[in-house]
Amino acid sequence: MSIEARNISKSFGGFRALKNVSMKVPTGDLVALLGPSGSGKTTFLRIIAGLDFADTGTVLFDGVDTTDRRAKERAVGFVFQHYALFRHMTVFDNVAFGLTVKPRSVRPSKEQVRDKVNQLLKLVQLDWLATRYPSQLSGGQRQRVALARALAVEPRVLLLDEPFGSLDAKVRQELRRWLRRLHDEIHVTSIFVTHDQEEALEVADRVVVMNQGQVEQEGVPDEVYNHPVNAFVYDFLGNLNLFHGRVVDGKTHLVEPVTDGRPHAEAVESLIFVRPHLLHIERETNHGPQLPARVTHINCAGPVVKVDLVSPSGQEIHAQISHERFEELGLQKGDSVFVSPRDMTVFPDPQRVAR
Amino acid sequence: MAETLPTQRRAVSNKAKGRTDPALVRWSLIAIALAFLALFLILPLFAVISNALEKGLSVYWEAITAPDALSAIRLTLLTAAIVIPLNVVFGAAAAWAIARFDFSGKGLLTTLIDIPFSVSPVISGMIFVLLFGLQGLFGKWLAARDLKIVFAVPGIVLATIFVTFPFVARELIPMMQALGTEEEEAAITLGSSGWRMFFRITLPNIKWSLLYGVILCNARAMGEFGAVSVVSGHIRGLTNTMPLHIEILYNDYQFVPAFAVASLLALLAIVTLIAKSLVEWKFERQLAEADQLGSTEGKA
Repeated sequence: MSIEARNISKSFGGFRALKNVSMKVPTGDLVALLGPSGSGKTTFLRIIAGLDFADTGTVLFDGVDTTDRRAKERAVGFVFQHYALFRHMTVFDNVAFGLTVKPRSVRPSKEQVRDKVNQLLKLVQLDWLATRYPSQLSGGQRQRVALARALAVEPRVLLLDEPFGSLDAKVRQELRRWLRRLHDEIHVTSIFVTHDQEEALEVADRVVVMNQGQVEQEGVPDEVYNHPVNAFVYDFLGNLNLFHGRVVDGKTHLVEPVTDGRPHAEAVESLIFVRPHLLHIERETNHGPQLPARVTHINCAGPVVKVDLVSPSGQEIHAQISHERFEELGLQKGDSVFVSPRDMTVFPDPQRVAR
Repeated sequence: MAETLPTQRRAVSNKAKGRTDPALVRWSLIAIALAFLALFLILPLFAVISNALEKGLSVYWEAITAPDALSAIRLTLLTAAIVIPLNVVFGAAAAWAIARFDFSGKGLLTTLIDIPFSVSPVISGMIFVLLFGLQGLFGKWLAARDLKIVFAVPGIVLATIFVTFPFVARELIPMMQALGTEEEEAAITLGSSGWRMFFRITLPNIKWSLLYGVILCNARAMGEFGAVSVVSGHIRGLTNTMPLHIEILYNDYQFVPAFAVASLLALLAIVTLIAKSLVEWKFERQLAEADQLGSTEGKA
C-alpha cells in the first residue's frame, strides 16, 4: 500500500515539530527517515500511525484520506524504539495479542492463532523462545519479537521507530541486514526512522533526510549520498572536510580562511565539502585547487589508511587513501604534502555572502 | 589474564570487607530496628490478644458474637464493601487522568487528592455534619424528604470514602507514570479497543500497586475512627462500626470484650499482609518456572 502525506504541520506548545512536510512512499518500498534528534521524524511516523494527529495536513493510504482515522482502524504495524513488549506476557502471547483482540466475527480459532504465531516466530528465528518473558530476552531478540508481533495482524504498512537504536554495533549490523532480507521476502510498505546515516543508506530503497521539521532531500541512497542538495545533507551523510573556497570566473580555488579571509570583489565566497576518501595526497604541487599540509597522524589498521593532516592555518584535514598509494608515497608523520580534492561539492557560504 | 584475576578477586573482597567492616554499626542498626518493631508492633499485638483471651475462649467467643458486636462487624464490612470498589474506580480514573493527559488544573487535582491526608479526620467528619446535619446546608431539604445521612449508614460511608480516597490514586499515579504509554500504544496499533487495552495491558501492569492501594484503603476503611465517630451518632446496633464499638466497650470498663473485638481488627491486618505476601510469592515462582522452561528449551 502506498502512503502519502501532504503538508503535515504539528506543534507541541510553542515548538514546531513539523513544518509543512509532504512525502510519498510507493507500495512495497522500504524508506528511511533520516535526521538528527529533534528533526521531527518520530513525530511524523506517529502521525502516519495515528498515534498523534497533525494540526494541519492530510494523510492518504492508497489515495484514501486516512487523516481522521484512529490508530486502531489504520491496520498499521508499529515497532517502538524500546520495543514496548507486553512485559507480563510470554513471547507467544505477545505475538498472538493482535490476533486475539480482533472482533469476534473475524477472530481466528485457537489453532489458527497457534499456527500463525509459530510461523511468525520461525520467520524471526525465535520459535525456541516462545515460552519466555520479554525480561529474559536480549535486545536483539526483543526487537525481533516486536517485529513479529507487529506483523501478526498483517499490517498494510510497517512503521519502525529507531528499530536498532538501543542495540550494540555488531547486533545492529546483523539485524539491519536481516531486516532488509525480511523486507525482500514480505514486501510490506515500510518506513523506519533512524539517525544513523550508514544504516539508512545500507538498508533503505529510498532515504528522506529531515532537519528541523522539514524534508531536506528525498531520493535513492546513491543519489542522496553522491548529490546532496545542500550543506546540511552533505554534512549529515558522512565524514567530511570543510574548506573555504572562492569561485572566480567559474574556477574554484581553495583558500585558507585565516590567512585570506576578506571577501573578494568579483568572487563568490563558498564552502567546499570533500569526503575523506576523495582527497588526494601528493608530494608535488599540481597548480589545481590545492592546500599545503603536514601529516600529523597515520592509522594503517583497516581497509584504508587514515591520514590526519593540518594546514598552515591550523585547520584539521582527514584523508583516506589506499594501502597501495600509501606505500607509493612512503608517507611519514611530519611530512609536508599537498592535498587536492578529486571531487568536491561547492555550496555558497551563507555567512560570508550575507556580509 | 591469570595475573589480573586474583587481583580482581582481592579487590572485590576488599570492597566487601570495606562495606561490612564496622560490625558494631551494622549490628546496632539491626538491633535498633528489631527493638523498635518489637516495642511498637509485636508487643501491642501480643497485649491485645492476651487481654482478649484473659478469661478463656468461651468468653472471647461470647464477646465477638454479642448482637451489638456482630452488627458492628457487619456495618464495618458493609462500609468497606461499598468504599473500596468506589475508591478503586475513582483512584484508577484519577491516576489515568494525571499520568496520561496534560490539562490545565492537573497540579490542582493532584493537590486536592492529598487533602484527606492533610486534614484531621475529625474535621472530615465535621464537614459532613455541616453539610447534611439538621442545622446544615442541606439539612432542611433532607429532613423534608425524610432522608437521613448524618447519624446513619450513608454518613459513615461518605466519611469513610472521604478519608480513604487518596490511597489507591496515590499508589497508581507514580506507577503509571513510570510505566509510560508505549505498551498501551502498541496494543492500540495492534487493533485493540480501549477497554481491552485497559484490561489486558494496563491492569496486569498496575495490579500489584492497585492491590497494595486496596490493602491500605481497606485497612483504613475498617479502622477509621475520627471521621466516622463524628457522623455516626454512636447508636448501638445501628451506627457503630468496629472501632467505635471497641471504644464504647472500653469506656464501659468491659476490657475483655473490647480487646476481643480489637483482636479481630488486628487479625484482619495480619490476614491482608499474609495474602499480599502469598500472591507476590506465587507470581515470582511463576516467573522462575517460565525462566527454567525457556532456558532448557533453548539448549535443546
